[in-house]
Amino acid sequence: MVNPNLDPRGYQPGGVPSRERRFRVTTWARANLFNSWLNAVLTLATLWLIWTVCWPLLKFLLIDAVWDGASRVDCLADRVGRDVGACWPFIGAKLPQLLYGFYPINEQWRVNLTAALGLGLLVPLLMPSLPYKTANAILFFGVYPVVGFVLLVGGMLGLEHVETRLWGGLLVTLVIAVTGIVGSLPLGILLALGRRSEMPAVRGVSIIFIEFWRGVPLITVLFFATYMLPLFLPAGWAINPLLRVMIGVMLFAAAYMAEVVRGGLQAIPRAQYEAAQALGLGYWRMMGLVILPQALKLVIPGIVNNFIGLFKDTTLVLIVAIFDLLGQLRAAFSDPNWAAPTTVATGFAFAGIIYFCFCFGMSRYALWMERRLNPADR
Amino acid sequence: MSEHGSSPVIRTTRNAVAVELSGVHKWFGEFHALDGVDLKVMRGERVVVCGPSGSGKSTMIRCINGLEMHQRGKVVVDGVELTDNLKRIDEVRREVGMVFQSLNLFPHLTVLENCTLAPIWVRHMPRREAEALAMQYLARVYIPEQAAKYPGQLSGGQQQRVAIARALCMNPKIMLFDEPTSALDPEMVKEVLDTMVELAMDGMTMIVVSHEMGFARQVANRVVFMDFGQIVESAEPEEFFSHPKHERTKLFLSQILH
Ligand SMILES: Nc1ncnc2c1ncn2[C@@H]1O[C@H](COP(=O)(O)OP(=O)(O)OP(=O)(O)O)[C@@H](O)[C@H]1O
Ligand SMILES: [Mg+2]
Repeated sequence: MVNPNLDPRGYQPGGVPSRERRFRVTTWARANLFNSWLNAVLTLATLWLIWTVCWPLLKFLLIDAVWDGASRVDCLADRVGRDVGACWPFIGAKLPQLLYGFYPINEQWRVNLTAALGLGLLVPLLMPSLPYKTANAILFFGVYPVVGFVLLVGGMLGLEHVETRLWGGLLVTLVIAVTGIVGSLPLGILLALGRRSEMPAVRGVSIIFIEFWRGVPLITVLFFATYMLPLFLPAGWAINPLLRVMIGVMLFAAAYMAEVVRGGLQAIPRAQYEAAQALGLGYWRMMGLVILPQALKLVIPGIVNNFIGLFKDTTLVLIVAIFDLLGQLRAAFSDPNWAAPTTVATGFAFAGIIYFCFCFGMSRYALWMERRLNPADR
Repeated sequence: MSEHGSSPVIRTTRNAVAVELSGVHKWFGEFHALDGVDLKVMRGERVVVCGPSGSGKSTMIRCINGLEMHQRGKVVVDGVELTDNLKRIDEVRREVGMVFQSLNLFPHLTVLENCTLAPIWVRHMPRREAEALAMQYLARVYIPEQAAKYPGQLSGGQQQRVAIARALCMNPKIMLFDEPTSALDPEMVKEVLDTMVELAMDGMTMIVVSHEMGFARQVANRVVFMDFGQIVESAEPEEFFSHPKHERTKLFLSQILH
């Protein structure tokens, strides 16, 4: 199987007569998919694999799926009178819970507004062609966290206070993941710089920090943050449980990020440092303007890999009784009103699709960005 | 070796000291890289430094802008003594431009951005002004049309000329060159040397590590020969090439002049 783009004849959008085009597709297939015995066998084996995996999935998710209903009985094979696939009414009924947890229904607009604001600021930030990047970045990284905090937590400006105990579902998943992602990168960069510093104290602290957090499993971190930390803190000191977990996840991710960034820093030749120094750039300007832009570009794949891992690791908060998307899903399964043979599979399929969309989105964006940043391709 | 005609008369105007090294020692671990170097360079003077590989030429020139720290002796640049004080080092680096042997433009920035980076961030010059200045210097090294390109898209000679323009954009009082042409293909050497000759004509104070003897003949006020971390001989070019005093100098000259 060869990249179709390698053969320009096979790829001609528009303007080609259909007869000729069909002819070309077959020649392309013959040239690329069946040009040798081995290739032909591989092509057939792949087609077979796609068929055996995709068809049952398609059948379950779409063809046999139940689309309308009010309770479990609508998803029972006996009642419907045929094979039953995904039970989508279950998701429909539980959607508010899966998205917001127990966030009060009348206040859920605040979550939506926060999400909309976040998207409205993030999307233009991610599109390099749009202007006002500095202002945009200040709004997103500086102003938005405050606005988001006020909106979600409330208790001021006439907004009713909503305890984080009530938060759940995708809301919690995103809050933990976004703070983790946004916080871990700058922290990781600082740690990586610290680890390469010439000052022994800074280097020592960075190394200890990084190795400590890389040495313990995330589950331990979460347990520690939730059950042990309160014992160490002086009486009357209580950190919000969600905040504790957010900080734990962020520090954990930062340690990994630091090592990725360090790899990039090591790849920059010494001549670049010296050229910057000879121009009179001080340490921070040299790093910020010359070294880091190159180093970070080199390690985009590693950084995104970490982001994706972090996003999926947030599901572990379930074990410290914080109900993220998966947690809410588990809770929803126990509702007897929806206990049907396919509800569990439906629920996990739904969660899988959501996680896939986020992670695949990050991955594609990074790939696109990487190509764009490569001057040779411009 | 490039061919430059007979040396034009370039006068040294001001009589102040630009760079003074006295009794400078430098060790790399056990290795004695600089062994008591004394060198005095006046404003507007052009000194060419030569010597065998490993003799400490790079180390000496890098001590002048604090890329290496000397361990004994005194380095005074434009009246500022170089010590461990980072402020002092930055102060000196602002006034001293350097062009290296390796092609080390910043690959993620365009040619123009390479040139405006330091004026904007170190000299706090407004962007417009910095760009105008950069275009002026790029024109002076004959590549204004390459301003929007990335370094990777230029030839080695062009990159080295941009490196010169980049250093000049800081309006340095002194320019250091560490074998600026030895990483280049032969056909590109001349274009870089020509640029340096013009710079010399404008009266720039220059310290050039180079084995381009034609260049030395044409622009140098003085040629300095180094070996084993010491300055062995220092003389005017005519004297240096026709009547070298020391055996080591003679040997070296016979090797590079064939
Ligand atoms: N960072 C360093 N650590 C250890 N030794 C070094 C270092 N830099 C230079 N040296 C040693 O110091 C000696 C002088 O080096 P230097 O680069 O000054 O020589 P050079 O005269 O510039 O030679 P070349 O003509 O090859 O550039 C060499 O023997 C080199 O191995
Ligand atoms: Mg050298």
